[in-house]
Amino acid sequence: MSVTRFRFPFVEMPPAATQLRQEVREFLAQERANGGYVPMADCWASGMSAEFSRKLGQRGWLGMTWDKKYGGHGRSFLERYVVTEEMLAAGAPVMAHWIADRQSGPQLIKNAQPEVRDAIIPRIVAGECFCAIGMSEPGTGSDLASVSTKADKVEGGWKVSGTKLWSTGAHGPGCDYMITLLRTSPLDTSARHKGLSQFIIDLKSPGVDVRGIADIGGQVHFNETNFEDVFVPDSHVLGEVGGGWNMVVGELALERSGPERFLSTFIVFQEAMRLLVNNPTEQTKEVLGQVVAKIKTLRRMSLGIAGLLQEGSSPEMEAALVKDMSTNFERELLEKLRRILPQNVLASSEGLLPALLREGILRVPSSTLRGGTNEVLKGMIARQLGIR
Amino acid sequence: MTDSDNIIFDTASRILDDLSTAETINAAEEGVWPEALWQAISESGLTLTWVPEENGGAGASMLDGFAVIKAAGGAAAPIPLAETLFAGWLLTQVNLQVSGEAATVALGELSLSDGKLSGTALGVPYARGAQQIIALVESGGQTQVVQVAAEQCEISAHTNLAGEPSDQVTFKAVPAKQVAVLGNGVNGQSVEAMGALIRCVQSAGALSAALELTIEYSMERVQFGRAIGKFQALQHSIAAFAGEVAAMNAAADAAAEAVANAGGVDHDAWIEIATAKTRLEEAVNNGAAVAHQVHGAMGFTYEHSLHHLTRRLWSWRDEYGSDVVWAKRLGEEVLSWGADQLWPKITAVTDPR
Repeated sequence: MSVTRFRFPFVEMPPAATQLRQEVREFLAQERANGGYVPMADCWASGMSAEFSRKLGQRGWLGMTWDKKYGGHGRSFLERYVVTEEMLAAGAPVMAHWIADRQSGPQLIKNAQPEVRDAIIPRIVAGECFCAIGMSEPGTGSDLASVSTKADKVEGGWKVSGTKLWSTGAHGPGCDYMITLLRTSPLDTSARHKGLSQFIIDLKSPGVDVRGIADIGGQVHFNETNFEDVFVPDSHVLGEVGGGWNMVVGELALERSGPERFLSTFIVFQEAMRLLVNNPTEQTKEVLGQVVAKIKTLRRMSLGIAGLLQEGSSPEMEAALVKDMSTNFERELLEKLRRILPQNVLASSEGLLPALLREGILRVPSSTLRGGTNEVLKGMIARQLGIR
Repeated sequence: MTDSDNIIFDTASRILDDLSTAETINAAEEGVWPEALWQAISESGLTLTWVPEENGGAGASMLDGFAVIKAAGGAAAPIPLAETLFAGWLLTQVNLQVSGEAATVALGELSLSDGKLSGTALGVPYARGAQQIIALVESGGQTQVVQVAAEQCEISAHTNLAGEPSDQVTFKAVPAKQVAVLGNGVNGQSVEAMGALIRCVQSAGALSAALELTIEYSMERVQFGRAIGKFQALQHSIAAFAGEVAAMNAAADAAAEAVANAGGVDHDAWIEIATAKTRLEEAVNNGAAVAHQVHGAMGFTYEHSLHHLTRRLWSWRDEYGSDVVWAKRLGEEVLSWGADQLWPKITAVTDPR
């Protein structure tokens, strides 16, 4: 008996990818050399630079896969994968546009009213407009169906009140919109996923208050957003009223298998290598072999999922498996590196590598939480395996 | 590597399902040659999967052969099928004739003089049971491939952790039936790497099969009034196991594809093999642990067939260079890349050449 439940097909990058990768590498090298950025760990959730995002927009590296008729660049998913993985590996400050480019843009193209879509999408592509996600709430983490922030129907639109939590980047400059999951009819305990709808809320609307929250490292990356009788016009409902749940589930699937799930701490490894090459002990070799074997395997799996998505499959179980393993790896990589880095790096606060290592350690607890905790993911995997 | 829509894989699976039974596997461990199973495999032509048609083989693709090996691993087949394919591949590399009889590859401190093979090879898989032994002889910077008849060798029985033959073979001036010099970039190192890859592919199959047994058992076994698979603690363990199985299959497939694309073990393929064999450590350690934990005391008995898979996994990870040995080799390679080539080397695998 040899059942292969999982499929991660080999994906070869399209011919255009080689040149694209070269262009991205040259850009990044130049930016880093010019002081355009200082590499950072977990850069897609901690490296906020509206200016850097605009530069990517100018180069055509935002909204890459979106249809040209909406203002996108009509390129393949794999070309986008090349750009994103290069940014992540380099620790570049891509946080400002990350959410808009990864999921809000595709969501708007699919479900927004044409005039709303046309007003926002070209600005995202230009790197001039960013988005945040409003899913979680003070009483809602993993159990998303329990959201209680509500939208009441009023003349010409909706009145929103409640609080959204952990919306990465909503406080940042240029973050104009929050794609917000709201309850539009009262909770029915026998059908908890019903009565939820998604809205595009302009964060400059009267009654919106965005307050930054410091993380354990003292950095403000996410926030709490209060809505006090905020008016949202009918034109800003995404898709059907009551169709929010399926939209959110679809968005989360997009979130799950990207290279940001295993590369968040790669920059620490990259910089550590500069020292490690000078001290090739047996232990160093063993650790390096182990971590590179994992990175290569995770990348193969992540790309395999990109290939399946491109084919039109929906590899939910594979995506959940990869996110679970990848996010655990991001922490493990740091722990493995600690074993082979010298004392004066581990206990130092001077210089790039110690800074990256500290940042990595302080950021990495969020890896296995965001986008669905690993416990929730394991539950999904168990369901797919048929045991739950 | 696709495991379906493939007549060769389907043929192998059908025969293995029918004939690689728990009784056969247990009997083989007691030294009973599984004649019916071997007969069926050999009559179907599967032993010649990797031999080109002009040499009397099936002329199937490398990937077809790896799919057969994965199936054999999943069935814990107690026959030298992987070994015979390996031997056929090796002979084909040097354009020697391949018979398709049971064969194995012997690596050791061996010498060849006047066409006669001498020396001792340890841990030769299925030397008992093989008709032909293909030995590698390194001398003067050259590697020779030497075929001898197994019946002319002294074979003393040893076993691996799974009870598979892992014999000591002593060659006392055994006349060579065929000799050729390895070339075209193939050397002793790449032959060992090919052996390591075969063990990885078998292991991927065995891990997949162990996961299926585990899922099945977790849904059947009732404790505290419900199937144990309904307990979240077990669900999470099994989900983690599924991850290991998925990763090992991905790593083994990646390496098999690299060998297929290169038509042998070039440096890039060697890196993929090193990756897969290194990845095997956690896949086996974590995977077998969960399989046994979920099966409880039942799966710890000789009567249950879980050990046919787990004991093989614990053996195979050590063969052709242990996972740790390969991790160090891969680490040495990574050091040679240096910081600036680290990422480019990782991405080069999927970029068009």
